[in-house]
Amino acid sequence: MISVYYAGLLADVGILLLGALSVYIILATGQLSLGNAGFMGIGAYLTSYLTVVVGVPITLALILAAAASGIVGTVVGFPALRLKGIYLAIATLGFGEMVRSFFLNFDTMGGSGGFHGMKHISVGYIWAWAAGILILVVLLERSRVWLEMRAVHDDETAAGLVGLNPTTIKVGAFSFGAAVAAISGGLFAHHHVYIEPGNFGFERSIDFVLAVILGGSTVGPGALVGSFLLVLLPEYLRFLADWRLAAFGVLLIGMLLVRRQGILDRSLFNALAFRRAS
Amino acid sequence: MNAAQSEALLSLRGIGKTFGGVRALSDVSIDVFPRQIVGVIGPNGAGKTSLFNVITGAYRASAGEVVLDGRAVTQEPSHRIARAGISRTFQNIRLFAGMTVWEHLIVAQPHRESQLRRLLPIRWADPQTLRRAQEVLEFFELEDVKNRLARSLPYGIQRKVEMARAVTARPKLLLLDEPVAGMNHEEADAIRRLLFRLRDSGLSILLIEHDMSFVMTLCDYLYVLDFGIMIAKGRSEEVRTNPVVLDAYLGRSA
Repeated sequence: MISVYYAGLLADVGILLLGALSVYIILATGQLSLGNAGFMGIGAYLTSYLTVVVGVPITLALILAAAASGIVGTVVGFPALRLKGIYLAIATLGFGEMVRSFFLNFDTMGGSGGFHGMKHISVGYIWAWAAGILILVVLLERSRVWLEMRAVHDDETAAGLVGLNPTTIKVGAFSFGAAVAAISGGLFAHHHVYIEPGNFGFERSIDFVLAVILGGSTVGPGALVGSFLLVLLPEYLRFLADWRLAAFGVLLIGMLLVRRQGILDRSLFNALAFRRAS
Repeated sequence: MNAAQSEALLSLRGIGKTFGGVRALSDVSIDVFPRQIVGVIGPNGAGKTSLFNVITGAYRASAGEVVLDGRAVTQEPSHRIARAGISRTFQNIRLFAGMTVWEHLIVAQPHRESQLRRLLPIRWADPQTLRRAQEVLEFFELEDVKNRLARSLPYGIQRKVEMARAVTARPKLLLLDEPVAGMNHEEADAIRRLLFRLRDSGLSILLIEHDMSFVMTLCDYLYVLDFGIMIAKGRSEEVRTNPVVLDAYLGRSA
């Protein structure tokens, strides 16, 4: 029996992992999204509405919210993905803030006062989703579609000239990422059983990106490692009291200086695979 | 003339391209027939690469038509033109930075399989794609470097990988932008043999090249561009002795 304290941390890791994967999927096509907390918010509010007001079972509510968020992702993605690099990052940041202020003014679901009434879900349920999506992503990484995403990531023009449609691939990845972020939000809402717009602000989008960068942005399991580190490191640094976040920052910078590609990367995986084969 | 035109695999009809006020190409017409190797030569800045960019849809033509297999593809986006059967290589090699040689050969193949199959791991779902990649790998003698990152390989091999990537897509027409630039004679000879074999397997090739001896011994037909205008065309031996060409191109460079 794990303690309540560790169960809570583990739940946080699972929720963060899904958020990190949502960024990772979009990043695989070379697009940096700083607005995924917005999709998380959409997922959180929509699933909560479905379970509390409509009375839909949680699993179905999550699937519906993911689909809805994926559609929003497509709609937002088409104009946004005409932008590149830092401009896209700013545009997605704007989208995230837009969603947050929408729920701030959305009095039907509590506005700034937040929304509650959700039934609590177990850590096991959260991890069933997190692990399921992680496995899905790892399998997808071996598919043709993922290879096409990496081609767009490496060189959009050359990808077009070998017959790939960069727009479809980028919007598709953005939409899939948005769906995964919504699942993260739905689980967050039913874990904390209370949500408010402030839960889905800019800092959370940054957390997702951090977890991916830290763990390794070229392989799916990188998001897993990054999520564990991002949740557990500040806890282990508690003995530093008020200085713990500063110390965490120093560790982060040091890590990026030593290993810019993150803890896990493709060549590390290949090296491990070689050792097994020989 | 009309009969000949309708048989051409690729017909460029009066292609013009201006950038602002600068005229890069004017009234360029080229025909490539099935199983032909056609060369476009001309001094630096003659508009050769611009012409390739117009054919592949990277640039929009300001005038004229690009007709592939009887169908005008002039205003289509580059991925459609690629799927219609035109593959190309670049003067300054453009390989995918994070991909192995093997991955290049898979990603460039046209997706004939169903959408669902594209989402499944390649190793389970798509033996046909793997077979094709293996075939091309062997044709270009790249087996030894199969799992290496393409960008980490020597320059000459990178050129071969780029050519192999273009060929895996099973194009009707291969566009090569200076395929032997920076290669020594032996390497260039090897490329020439490969191109002849590709031609014999049914492919048509349109290439830009500076290396005159390479062009003369390879191409069935030559077009000469200077300042965006076609100044000569004909069989290699005719072009070689054409005084206009000697003056514009050979005289200046040799």
